[in-house]
Amino acid sequence: MVDKATRDGFGEGLLELGTTHPNVVALSGDLEDSCRAVAFKKQYPTRFFSVGIAEQDMIGTAAGLAIAGKIPFACSFSQFVTGKTLEQLRMAVCYQKLNVKVVGSHGGLSVGADGATAEALEEFAHMRSLPFMTVIAPCDALEAKRLTIACADYPGPVFLRLGRAPVPAITKASDAAQIGRANVVRSGDDVTVIACGVMVMHSLQAAEQLAKEGISARVINLHTIKPIDRDAVIAAAKETGAIVTAEEHSVIGGLGGAVAEVLAQTHPTPMRFVGVQDRFGTSGNPADLLKAFHLMPEDVVKAVKDVLRLKQHAL
Amino acid sequence: MTTAQPAPDLAAFRKLAVELRQTILRTIANAGSGHPGGSLSMVELLIGLYWHKLRHDPKRPDWPDRDLFLLSKGHGCPALYTVLAYHGYFPKEELMTLRKYPTRLQGHPERGSLPGIEISAGSLGQGLSMANGIAMADRLDQRARRIYCLMGDGEIQEGQVWEAAMTAHHHKLENVCAIIDANQLQQNGPVKQLKDIEPLAEKWRAFGWHTIEINGHDIAQVVKAYDEAATIKGKPQAIVARTIKGKGVSFMELNPAWHGVAPKPDELEKALRELSTVHV
Repeated sequence: MVDKATRDGFGEGLLELGTTHPNVVALSGDLEDSCRAVAFKKQYPTRFFSVGIAEQDMIGTAAGLAIAGKIPFACSFSQFVTGKTLEQLRMAVCYQKLNVKVVGSHGGLSVGADGATAEALEEFAHMRSLPFMTVIAPCDALEAKRLTIACADYPGPVFLRLGRAPVPAITKASDAAQIGRANVVRSGDDVTVIACGVMVMHSLQAAEQLAKEGISARVINLHTIKPIDRDAVIAAAKETGAIVTAEEHSVIGGLGGAVAEVLAQTHPTPMRFVGVQDRFGTSGNPADLLKAFHLMPEDVVKAVKDVLRLKQHAL
Repeated sequence: MTTAQPAPDLAAFRKLAVELRQTILRTIANAGSGHPGGSLSMVELLIGLYWHKLRHDPKRPDWPDRDLFLLSKGHGCPALYTVLAYHGYFPKEELMTLRKYPTRLQGHPERGSLPGIEISAGSLGQGLSMANGIAMADRLDQRARRIYCLMGDGEIQEGQVWEAAMTAHHHKLENVCAIIDANQLQQNGPVKQLKDIEPLAEKWRAFGWHTIEINGHDIAQVVKAYDEAATIKGKPQAIVARTIKGKGVSFMELNPAWHGVAPKPDELEKALRELSTVHV
């Protein structure tokens, strides 16, 4: 199967929702092509709203559409749709508990050459802190499509974080994608790697490598960062005794933070965080950037070995 | 059901304005905090809507075909709460719970907490975008209701307002009517001194809106402006209402000190007495 970006999966899902959900509408601030909402726009021109390069107005408009009973998908680059609009998302969307779906394409380093200003590395932290907001980061295009479709029947505000760069399919079209339910994508007993987005693939590759060295790593695809699947996280901590989190996002306030918040209060467990170390992005080819920012399978392997030393020490 | 009145009783409206101002001041004084200046400036603008133009039904606050009033300048909510209580959306006695835990009358309005409140507000500049979104949905659903959005003159320094102004014009949202309560002051002083927004009417016209400039305390002009706006096709309408912050109480009028302070008992008495001598 050809590699495909999660944004493409979103575009397919949105198009399908056009048929199945007459109340679904879409908005974009001149980035509908990049966000893959163009097929929907062509198919349903009256249900697509161009608001110009005006993200704050886009979110407010989406709130109004939701007040009037629509299910708006508001699309832009992940940085702009969560960063410029934090206040609009807080008051107009979350405080009003509105059924607005916020779609951030080009999340993480995948925008690559455009550089730091477009590379969203803090959205999980921002979005996770908003009451009622659900935070989702699919790992491949198939999952992105399934979760996009699931969003429409999931009441309330949702943030969907997508990538620009094509990634191999990890999931199958028939796999479950239930919002709030983590998927164990590889079983293991010595350690658990909890990941989302592109890092699920890198974690699986790391687990392969570790298996060769006799280390049995469980891998969890935590596509829903909020509400977090506490049961899956706690079970992993209890059963494997060591946790590594992996995300294409700052190590502050993201998936790793969410997992740590659960475990610190239920089952304190040695942890290591793979992610961006409190810094901005930079220009480059996405594959090179993932290396430069230590988000590769070998970085997960290293974190696993570190955390296993901690686990040994704790025993 | 309250619907548009063909022949508004302007004398009754003038009397009502006095009574509403008195209730607003009592409500804020009882709360011990709040925003009297910006509440008093919008009284006639609300009367023209809630007693004349707005198709609404206090017994059915969720009536799907009702016209919508969105208060974007959320700090003016004591005026809106008072108007809603007078219409029976909730008991008048509940006005005395304003800002007191636990209350449905939040310091800035919360959608869903109180019948008649259409949007949450308090973070300025956001109401007009929501009005646009509602109008877009209504167009798809072929629903003919009108959406009114009241903003302050200080509030429209927020850039989002102008983004929304462009959106409404581009999408020809003829059911959207913006009302600017141009009461001349913002928290720290005159709008003109802090960041001048004039020429206001010309700005809205330049953004493609059908713009009507009125004296926002002349109820006849207010009613006429709403009637005119409702006839406009193909473009949104803006009513630039020239008003006086603190209107009706001489020591509050155009005095920035009364932006966000509740009157003390003696000040309340003085204000109520002055209002009771108004001849209408």
